[in-house]
Amino acid sequence: MAANAEAVLPTKRKKAPLFSARRLKENWQLYVLILPAFLTLLIFSYFPMYGILIAFKDYVPTLGIWGSPWVGMKYFNQFFNSYYFWDLIRNTLGIQIYGLVVGFPLPIILALALNEMKDGFWKKFAQTVTYAPNFISIVVLGGMLIAFLDPSTGILNHLLGIFGVKPIAFMSDPKWFKTVYVLSSVWQGTGWGSVIYLAALAGVDPALHEAAIVDGASKVQRIWHINLPAIVPTMVILLILNVGSLFSMGYEKILLLQNPLNMSSSNVIATFVYSQGLINGQYSYAAAVGLFNSIINAVLLIVVNWIASKVSDNSLW
Amino acid sequence: MTNTNHLIKDTRADRIFKIVLDIFIILAVVIVLYPLIYIISASISDPQLVNSGEMWLLPKGVTWKGYEVILKYKDIWRGYGMTIFYTFAGTAISLILTIPCAYALSRPDFSGKKWFTTFMLITMFLNGGLIPTYLLVRALGMVNTVWAILLPGAVSVYNIIVTRSFFQSSVPWEMQEAAKIDGASDFQIFFRIVLPLSAPIIAVMALFYGVGIWNSYFSALVYLQNKALYPLQMVLRQILVLQDLQQSAATGGGVTASAAEAAYNKSALAAIIKYGVMIVSSLPVIIVYPFLQRFFVKGVLIGSLKG
Repeated sequence: MAANAEAVLPTKRKKAPLFSARRLKENWQLYVLILPAFLTLLIFSYFPMYGILIAFKDYVPTLGIWGSPWVGMKYFNQFFNSYYFWDLIRNTLGIQIYGLVVGFPLPIILALALNEMKDGFWKKFAQTVTYAPNFISIVVLGGMLIAFLDPSTGILNHLLGIFGVKPIAFMSDPKWFKTVYVLSSVWQGTGWGSVIYLAALAGVDPALHEAAIVDGASKVQRIWHINLPAIVPTMVILLILNVGSLFSMGYEKILLLQNPLNMSSSNVIATFVYSQGLINGQYSYAAAVGLFNSIINAVLLIVVNWIASKVSDNSLW
Repeated sequence: MTNTNHLIKDTRADRIFKIVLDIFIILAVVIVLYPLIYIISASISDPQLVNSGEMWLLPKGVTWKGYEVILKYKDIWRGYGMTIFYTFAGTAISLILTIPCAYALSRPDFSGKKWFTTFMLITMFLNGGLIPTYLLVRALGMVNTVWAILLPGAVSVYNIIVTRSFFQSSVPWEMQEAAKIDGASDFQIFFRIVLPLSAPIIAVMALFYGVGIWNSYFSALVYLQNKALYPLQMVLRQILVLQDLQQSAATGGGVTASAAEAAYNKSALAAIIKYGVMIVSSLPVIIVYPFLQRFFVKGVLIGSLKG
């Protein structure tokens, strides 16, 4: 019955026109407050969406976006039929799925462990230390990796040498690239990633734990039956966002770690767009590849969100 | 169902479990901390001992040569100056764009609320991508100017949503409504009532934007060719990633007798300069972070309220 009433209500209400003169007059100062951000987004986020047209054209700078000749799906077909198409897909997905499998559970475990610590100096210390790498720039992180992983002077190879491991050329061996990328992200992101779970854990009613202790529940049982369910909604939302963005890999970090020797496993869609478009000046081709990437992305996000809403009560929208 | 035996057994299991969790934390702390300590030690150690692996935790053969060279390294300090400029100017611009917009969106009586919120949320999922954005910035004549760094990414919709959540939850609407009935205009409510109560969110946003700009290099890589405009991170990229050290800087300004000696100095010093540069560039963030940690955490928490 309640659901029925809700469904009827909105249709009954008369829809007010969006920008009537009266409403504008009433709220004009609020419109002024929103205007600068609105214009910035209009120019720098919406106008480039119009610019996507060049993916279907042979973009000639002197003719402009609209004046350049249409070529239809030419650049998409060129990309799909290229020999590197599947390599790019495989590398992008390989790194992202590897990162998700290794990187997703760790902040949860860290948050559960931190939550069991008594408040005080050591808890604060552990939090401050593990959060810190989040604030280190990606360039410094890249520099650290290059320095630490050097086969002859890097500290990691010296340490491995103690155990009799022969020097490994982590940065130039394509076999190692994904591991280096993923584990360094784990190093940088695990601590900060636990913050959001800790917040959810802080919302757990202590009375639940007290009742469970009275009933003889062990710590493991209490974590499993009380703490874990409390963070499941957060987990689902983050999982949707992560799986939904499997194809939207950033440029920043991978561009720093890429070199000609590890290219066979480090060349991903994002870096390909960057090098084709901005280094080689193939604007239309790069825009087409970028558009293909964002379409897959959007579809993936919608599908994952749909599945999540079917399986659980949690979804983005 | 419950008996005392059962209870005692569980507490022993609990103790073991607690030890496992503590080991996990200790492991995490050591793994995070070790590289950071190593960098500090390496930056003041004899480069040869660093490269050979003899120095592995605490400084050995302490020398300040690396820092002396860095002090004379003009590119670093010019980059530092530019980054300070970008950080302050960029943060100011971002705040001016974010805070008033978020306030308007937080007003329950704002007629354009729904439309504008949708308009903004769309940009989180759809965007033109790298190439069309680059072509736009170029068409606007902003390539190779500071505006290319300051403007295109000035608005973060995520930050607007976080700020809006703060206004909705922490500035009572009843108070604003009372002022409205007393004849206050929306400007007066915003500037006289809401802003004075918003110090926490302004601090959080300033930190989010500020650290983001301080650490970013990508927009400079894309939009700047003029090295005089390079932010610090671009100079770092040259030293740390491209391993391209300025000739004069690497030879250390000291009197060098022969070319061979100069070459030796260069390669040896290059090693510890790298570590020193990491410290120098991260210093402001490292110093500020422990004191402001709670603000950063707060920002994440406000953000998590609304997904």
